[in-house]
Amino acid sequence: MAEVRLDHLSKRYGTTHVLPDVTLTINEGELFAIVGPSGCGKSTLLNLLAGLDQPTSGRILFDGDDVTGLEPRERDIALVFQSYALYPHMTVRGNLAFPLEVTKRRHGFDRRRIEEEVQKVAGFLGLGPLLDRKPRELSGGQRQRVALGRALIRKPRVFLMDEPLSNLDAKLRGAMRAELRRLHEELKITTIYVTHDQTEAMTLADRLVVFNRGEVQQIDHPHEIYARPANVFVAGFMGYPPMNLLDAHRENQTLQAGPLGLPFSETRSSHLLDQPLTMGIRPEAVAITPTAVTGEETVSGVVRLVEPAGAGMWVTVDLHDAQDITVIGLAEVDFVPNVGDMVSVSVGRSPVHLFDRATGQRIHSA
Amino acid sequence: MSEAMDGRRHDKVRTLRQISLKVGIVLSVGLFCLGPILWQAVTSVKLDQDLVRIPPIFPEQLTLSHYERVLFGSPIAQSLMNSLVVAASATVISIVVGTFCAFALARLPIAGKPIILGLVLSTSMFPPIAVISPLYLLMRELGLRDTLMAVGLTHAVYSLPLAVWLLTSFFRQLPAELYYAARVDGCTPLRALLTIFFPLARPGLAVAALLVFIFSWNEFMFALTLTASDSARTAPVAIALFPGLYEIPWGDIAAASLVVTLPVGALAILFQRHIVAGLTAGSVKG
Repeated sequence: MAEVRLDHLSKRYGTTHVLPDVTLTINEGELFAIVGPSGCGKSTLLNLLAGLDQPTSGRILFDGDDVTGLEPRERDIALVFQSYALYPHMTVRGNLAFPLEVTKRRHGFDRRRIEEEVQKVAGFLGLGPLLDRKPRELSGGQRQRVALGRALIRKPRVFLMDEPLSNLDAKLRGAMRAELRRLHEELKITTIYVTHDQTEAMTLADRLVVFNRGEVQQIDHPHEIYARPANVFVAGFMGYPPMNLLDAHRENQTLQAGPLGLPFSETRSSHLLDQPLTMGIRPEAVAITPTAVTGEETVSGVVRLVEPAGAGMWVTVDLHDAQDITVIGLAEVDFVPNVGDMVSVSVGRSPVHLFDRATGQRIHSA
Repeated sequence: MSEAMDGRRHDKVRTLRQISLKVGIVLSVGLFCLGPILWQAVTSVKLDQDLVRIPPIFPEQLTLSHYERVLFGSPIAQSLMNSLVVAASATVISIVVGTFCAFALARLPIAGKPIILGLVLSTSMFPPIAVISPLYLLMRELGLRDTLMAVGLTHAVYSLPLAVWLLTSFFRQLPAELYYAARVDGCTPLRALLTIFFPLARPGLAVAALLVFIFSWNEFMFALTLTASDSARTAPVAIALFPGLYEIPWGDIAAASLVVTLPVGALAILFQRHIVAGLTAGSVKG
């Protein structure tokens, strides 16, 4: 267990700045997710944390100790790989025992003690009956468990996970997600979890950081990130379907985005809204109804795409009288629109996110 | 009805033709490859007076006298022993050094890997004849002339590029995550090599070892130049020195060639079982 601090960490390959400058703190015992699109530098960051790669500049601190120059084996970390990376020529028992065998001199473990630990971890993860099998005789979920067990057995200070669930099928992924959460509740080891799947990050993490092009976009609790995205990138990346982002501007007491007009109340910082804006509305806050329904903040449009999603239906609508403005909204259960249908789009009184169009930053007053 | 039967007969004719075509190709390729060896085998059991006469292609009377003379009346037995020592030590040196070299080139952070690999390769581009006189002088100065060590060392050095290249590509095929996992689990790079890479690269090591062994076993020019007596001569050199002053003993040469080829052939068959890849199956992905 440890607090992990990254201090102005940067990594360059040749002339490419993969990570320009990262400073962040991960609290002791926290499950911290690093999320971002492919190629955003999150795996590089993980390799730096593991000591598999050296930063160009900056420091990595575990509990205040500088570990930047230390070898992976001196850092007391464990890493779970996306590909599991089980040793194919060893049995499950051999794989689990390997980290202890390698470091047994340092820990003073004998054969019996190692076997005890293996049994304990195997029992914990339900691997007892599989101990004498080779990795190739296991299913994907079982391999994943072995990989977890191999990381757990050493009780590392920091637990690193690189997209550990992305090779599993959807159902198993859900189950393993719950299991990871349970493991974390029980062991309380500081865990850094890298993923490109924003749903996974949202459901699993205590806190998370959103990365784009090697730069920190926002660090916060999942619900904060969802409720108050710091900029247009975070707004568009977190949440599915992605947030509707529309060009908007202020017209007296309304915010106008194409044909869509929303009233707003004058406040102290309303002058911030006099510039070009980007307005963000979550699809779940946009109601799609038959055209018969009219009212305030309602415009009509033509259905372009329908995505059934169980509880409702995501509907992509081209707004009428507007040049290429498209909005995704939620149709109620009893309303099943078809592509080409005319529908009403109403935004209601849901919270609207406002961003400065030039910088993409959130305008906090709105 | 009759149409269907016609069709079936047609199929039969076609499959028959296909099979005979395949058999024909296999036979002609086999004959092309193995023909010389077959001829050697026939020659080695012919009587002396049949050796330079055709017909008969296949002798009516067989004799083992050539084998008897080769095994007991010539330095071939001694030279086989020498070949074994030379080839085995060349293989061990080449594989051990090559493994470390290849592992570093495949996995450790070293600058200019392509350049290093290129240089390694370029050393084997010198024709042996170009380096042979300086090499001879070097060995003489070292006091190693006419020793097994001189031949073994030369073979090891000369086959090292092959081993390095083969093993580098083999190590690169092993998933990098396995190496990283071993490092995180507490291994030094050397320990990761010994506990993870070595066992997984066994098929590659077997192939490299086999090729080096065969190269050394068959190599002629270095072995001829660096040796001067039966105590250090390898088998190919010994065979080449068979021809006497007044006659060429074809039968003895044929017998000796077969005796020399036999161990390599046996090795190839033995190693073939290890060469089967697929050891890494199941380590990564599902």
